[in-house]
Amino acid sequence: MTTMRALLTRRRHPVLRIQRRSIMLSTWATLAAGPSLVNYLFGNDTRMANAMDAGELHNKNDDYELQRRERVDSRLSQLRNSRPRTPRYEGNIPLYKHEKLLLFLISGIQSYFHPENGLNIVKLGEATAIAPFLNHLQQIMLQDPTGRRILRDKPFVHTSILHMDKLSKLPENTFGYTFYKWCKRENVGPDTRAPVKYIDDPTHAFIFRRYRQCHDFYHALVDMPIIIEGEITVKALEAANLGVPMAALGTIFAPWRLKHVQRERLFDTYIPWALKSGWNAKPFINVYWEELLEKDVNDLRRELGIKLPPDLRNVRKERASLIKQLKAPYSPKP
Amino acid sequence: MLGPVTISRPLLKGSRLARTSTLLRLLSSAPPSSPDSPTTTHFGSKTVPTTEKEKMVGHVFSSVASKYDIMNDVMSLGIHRLWKHHFINKLDPGMRRNSKQPLEFIDVAGGSGDIAFGILDYANEIHQDRVSKMDIVDINADMLKEGEKRAYELGRYYQDPRVRFMVQNGEKLEKIESNSKDIYTVSFGIRNFTNIQAGLNTAYRVLKPGGLFYCLEFSKIDNQLMDWGYQQWAKVLPVMGSVIADDFDSYQYLVESIERFPDQETFKSMIEKAGFKSVGYENLTSGVCAIHWGVKV
Repeated sequence: MTTMRALLTRRRHPVLRIQRRSIMLSTWATLAAGPSLVNYLFGNDTRMANAMDAGELHNKNDDYELQRRERVDSRLSQLRNSRPRTPRYEGNIPLYKHEKLLLFLISGIQSYFHPENGLNIVKLGEATAIAPFLNHLQQIMLQDPTGRRILRDKPFVHTSILHMDKLSKLPENTFGYTFYKWCKRENVGPDTRAPVKYIDDPTHAFIFRRYRQCHDFYHALVDMPIIIEGEITVKALEAANLGVPMAALGTIFAPWRLKHVQRERLFDTYIPWALKSGWNAKPFINVYWEELLEKDVNDLRRELGIKLPPDLRNVRKERASLIKQLKAPYSPKP
Repeated sequence: MLGPVTISRPLLKGSRLARTSTLLRLLSSAPPSSPDSPTTTHFGSKTVPTTEKEKMVGHVFSSVASKYDIMNDVMSLGIHRLWKHHFINKLDPGMRRNSKQPLEFIDVAGGSGDIAFGILDYANEIHQDRVSKMDIVDINADMLKEGEKRAYELGRYYQDPRVRFMVQNGEKLEKIESNSKDIYTVSFGIRNFTNIQAGLNTAYRVLKPGGLFYCLEFSKIDNQLMDWGYQQWAKVLPVMGSVIADDFDSYQYLVESIERFPDQETFKSMIEKAGFKSVGYENLTSGVCAIHWGVKV
């Protein structure tokens, strides 16, 4: 009993501070030596000591320059291999599915708030150009002889090929002259289309590029200006005619940003017209616009199945002049 | 191939960005890890003729000039401001009160002007030095224009006789006389030089005896965990640049140029080779970037 009590009440020997510290140090050293997070984070000195021990440090036989270059090359190749697959054409940036989703979300938000910045629309278009849609367009093109020719020739729309000055000399009823006049009126040119980046299959990328480059031809064909209402109308036309997902999104969401009067005009007249015309017309993707520049524009419209809508610019101008008249102070006629 | 490259719509914003991608895409891809031969050098991941690299780097910076600050903020998550603050504080620039001659600063590849204006502000505040002169030098005129714009918005250093904005190649500095500068600073610019050693030799020429070479640049990360984190960030960055700013190539070039830049000890020996003495370096954020200095004796 007394020994028990003696044991229990035994006073602890004061451990020297330096001995206490060495216990901690040896613990840390053990932790640092083996594979552990601590070693990974803080074990530089231990690593160097181990390397020195093994004779790997300051080894005169090592070619440090070669080792450095190899390290840099391996890191660079890792950086370059950040894409899921190799690019399949010049300018292709393949994206992972989660990156494509991110592109869709970001460009969607940007396009809603800033549709005037063409880059946002471009990115949204490529993010939403899903494989079923592009396959569908490809089928449409393959089933038509002109479409097949377009796929074979892969025409590129550019002023050096279109020659705007030659178009200005064509007779006034031709499509080429209509296009030239429309371009001058809206102050744009045909070589203003961004290249395709995020669509991996080269044929699909060409088809989407063709769609993008022919957008201005559609504008000129239906004589729509490039103001937001005109753009929404043409987008509705493309959505109905070709089934472009981005055009459908634009037709549904874009009008909500407009003023009440613009929205009314769109919902009453222009969007119904665009949808009906688009559905009933022949697919525009199969039209070889470059060959039809000298064709009579009304013949072309009849063949495609398009009837012109009310001239948007005139409608707006009339309304503007009417409002101006109503706002002017009343002055009785003398 | 999809035919000739397009130029983007003049009405659209961002046409300058498309021009960069256009130019970078004109290059054919070459096999990796080709050493620097006299006629070819590396540009990002591509091996290009030496004469072309200057132009291409120029285009990268032309396209990002207006958004350079945003790009820096994105790339370093805003930490670059802390680094530059420390850089200037460590330098402690400014003519001292007992000195008779004003100092001559030169900031190379500092078009946007953040270091240059920071130095002049520090000298003004801490040492009440309002007479030291500053030459802001950049190979890219667009970046210099951004710098001038910033000076104008700041309300000082614009059309100031103390401050000169010059378009110069950092490897030659033709208009700068030899032995004329007290302090040569270069911040996140020397990795874009085609021939870094030539840049260091020019710095040596341009400095007065007793002058200081002072360089802030990305370098080799010591900490393995941070290195892993940085590598993941570097893989994500070009895609984010592409998705948000429609500029994959610029960010890819920047990330790879950081990778290609020599590590702390190698750069130190390059500075010593140029003739500088008392060369040293300080790691910032465990090696993400490093301040190197050397004194011309």
